[in-house]
Amino acid sequence: MASIARLSEDDLRWMCCRCSRPLEVGPVELTYLGNSFTLELPRCPDCGLYLIPEELATGRMAEVEQILEDK
Amino acid sequence: MEQSRLREFERRCIQEEPAECVAACPLHVDARSFVMAVAVGDWDGAWKVLRKTMPLPGILGRICDHPCELRCRRRERGDAVRIGALERACVTRPAPTHRVLILPRRDARVAVVGSGLAGLTTASDLVRKGHPVTVFDSYETAGGRLLQFPPELLPPKVVAAEVAALSALGVEFRLGESPSLEELRAEFAAVFVEGGEEELQPAGVGPDGRPVLPYDRQTLATQWEGVFAGDEATPGGGSATGDGLSSGGRVSPVGLALQGRRAAVSIDRFLQGASLTAAREKEGPQPTRLFVSLARVESLPSIEPEDVGGAYTAEEAQEEADRCLRCECLECVKVCDYLHHFGSYPRRYAREIYNNAAIVQGEHKANRLINSCMLCGLCTAVCPENFSMADLCLEARRGMVERGKMPPSAHEFALEDYAFSRSAAFVLARTEPGRERCSYAFFPGCQLAGSNPAQVEAVYEYLRGKLTGGVGLILDCCGAPPTWAGRQDLFGQGLADILRERHRLGDPMLIFACPTCQDVLAPHLGTGTHVFLSEIMEETGITVGAGGPTLLPRGLHDPCTTRDRTHVQQSVRRLLAHLDQPIEELALSGQITGCCGYGGLQANANPQLAAAVAVRRSAESPLEYVTYCAMCRDSLAAQGKRILHVLDLIYPTEEDPAGRRRPGWSERRENRARLKARLLRELWNEGGGALEPWQEVQLIIADEVKTLLDTRRILVEDIQQAIYHAEHTEEKLCHDSSGHFLAFFRPRAVTFWVEYSLRDSGFEVHNAYSHRMAVERQV
Ligand SMILES: [Zn+2]
Repeated sequence: MASIARLSEDDLRWMCCRCSRPLEVGPVELTYLGNSFTLELPRCPDCGLYLIPEELATGRMAEVEQILEDK
Repeated sequence: MEQSRLREFERRCIQEEPAECVAACPLHVDARSFVMAVAVGDWDGAWKVLRKTMPLPGILGRICDHPCELRCRRRERGDAVRIGALERACVTRPAPTHRVLILPRRDARVAVVGSGLAGLTTASDLVRKGHPVTVFDSYETAGGRLLQFPPELLPPKVVAAEVAALSALGVEFRLGESPSLEELRAEFAAVFVEGGEEELQPAGVGPDGRPVLPYDRQTLATQWEGVFAGDEATPGGGSATGDGLSSGGRVSPVGLALQGRRAAVSIDRFLQGASLTAAREKEGPQPTRLFVSLARVESLPSIEPEDVGGAYTAEEAQEEADRCLRCECLECVKVCDYLHHFGSYPRRYAREIYNNAAIVQGEHKANRLINSCMLCGLCTAVCPENFSMADLCLEARRGMVERGKMPPSAHEFALEDYAFSRSAAFVLARTEPGRERCSYAFFPGCQLAGSNPAQVEAVYEYLRGKLTGGVGLILDCCGAPPTWAGRQDLFGQGLADILRERHRLGDPMLIFACPTCQDVLAPHLGTGTHVFLSEIMEETGITVGAGGPTLLPRGLHDPCTTRDRTHVQQSVRRLLAHLDQPIEELALSGQITGCCGYGGLQANANPQLAAAVAVRRSAESPLEYVTYCAMCRDSLAAQGKRILHVLDLIYPTEEDPAGRRRPGWSERRENRARLKARLLRELWNEGGGALEPWQEVQLIIADEVKTLLDTRRILVEDIQQAIYHAEHTEEKLCHDSSGHFLAFFRPRAVTFWVEYSLRDSGFEVHNAYSHRMAVERQV
């Protein structure tokens, strides 16, 4: 998986509710079936709350899940 | 899977068996491929097919006595394809250039005595295997009896050209020589005496003065080691080999070529010290197991050539070749979208699935193939050899589960649904109110309960009124999902619970309303201990319900799990006749009925294919359908087919039951839980349990969002939990312009994201999606 996810402008218009801070792009670690990747994703600079955008979840992420499941 | 098991599967699929024409040919020339190439005007391709198997194609292609035509299946629908004439049409055209592959040169020299068809074939085969070959003929011209053919049929220059081609490959021709057998044995490591030519006397007579004749018709071995002989000259003129060497007293050219080929095989083996006799059963004409359906084949006579000599023009040949049936079986692939979808046929699938299990590192390419099968048994029912894709895929699934190689996403949703149906939310086993034991117990199954719970209540009431001895109720899942998922461990636990509860109720006769429940549980119940609901109803004078659908003619869809229960299929037909519901039999019905796309959890592992399967099934007849499985009804209804459950005729729950949409996954769970609570309250005077706090979350969901959620297999309860979690922890995102919130929650191996906003009456859900990867949160 590419280390930088394709993000839309709208993905960065979400804010962390609790910290009242706009999300900023930063490294997030993903794991599945014993495999790990680091991805640049919008996250809260204070508490680390992150966003997995719909397009990523239903697109590339689902594909990679399928590939790992067939390994 | 054991390799022997693979062989068993492979043997049952006859798609790769040779066509009759190929099996009939003593040389097994691939006549089917040849004719198919001619049919599309690919003459170079046709030439290549001949050259691959046929020795001296310029000669044999002109004079072959084509025993293939006698077994051509086209004979049963018109005349045999004139394969002989097509070969002639091919080899009279210029041959495409090609390079002959010659194996590394060997030392042992071989003598061939006689340059007729058999001798030249031996020379041609052996020189390709690297043997130095010398051909002797007492005449000054090579060709032997080939030179006696009418020149318009076989021009001497064609024979000369093939001889020249052999010379070019390195065959030495010593013409006008008649060495004795003694001399030949002294100079050569092996000798083939073609036989039959009186002029060959010195070589054809042994040191004892008797003629050299093969004592073994298959290997052509003689009493002298390293000497092999043809038997063209066998007294009586015909052949003693019984392999088509002659027909009607005439010598068969293709039979002679076979003899030459046999000699080449024997000599090659002799020189390598290998067994002369091992594994030679497949030489010569063979039977074949290939099944070819002629069901929809129209009769067509052969094309008569304009030419008085009987030669086809290219156009005529193409037209004649187009009459070829392209013989193949594919009976299963023709009727199964799943088998068709993966682009091959069971024999190859068996190999792919076998290889899949052996992969340690790398992609398991057959996972989808294995998990997409409906396990419905249609292939087995239509296969002349009863090949079972269901057995193959189910065994593979069990193996994957054992090795921990089952992709988690393939069946997880169905197994979670199973866990729900087996939880306290649905499971119930009671005797009839007021009784200690019962003679019957109604087992409606989780899908009828999920699809139409009101009918479960109505049927239970009907059964209590009609049957004596007490009618208990067992709400549970039969265990089809774990069975299909290869999870025998889970199935075993559920089965033990069901059997224990049944015993507690007094071992009642089980009444099934779902054919899948009956199919899954029957092997674990005794005979005469269970019936299908229709078998009770047809005997008790039941009538159609008031306000039900009009009794217009309907196509009857037999659920695939009734395939081997003809008595259930017949009972439903009698019940429908009794209800005055006219039915039309679909092309695939009874023992060859088709699946709705839910079988084998296809809808979980491959939803797109399952939808295509349901669409194809729906299109078999333009009529509205009627069926007797809630899942079949819902699967076809989901694709827009108008379809009734038999119970919709007796207990209509709405004005237009055939148009009722398929209840979604969330709704099915709610229906099951509510059914249990209502029955407990109304029949056994027991209250329901307390709600979880998140169950109080009120949702507002538009229809199109509901459809999206159902496609993504996201349940209302997943959303309730996500929002509950977000609202109580403040862990949520908010959008700077729309004011929407984004909640996320990971209750199990799936993370759910829910976009929502606050409304006066609850939370409006705008969108939801999920992923399986876990995220490591870093601060
Ligand atoms: Zn934060």
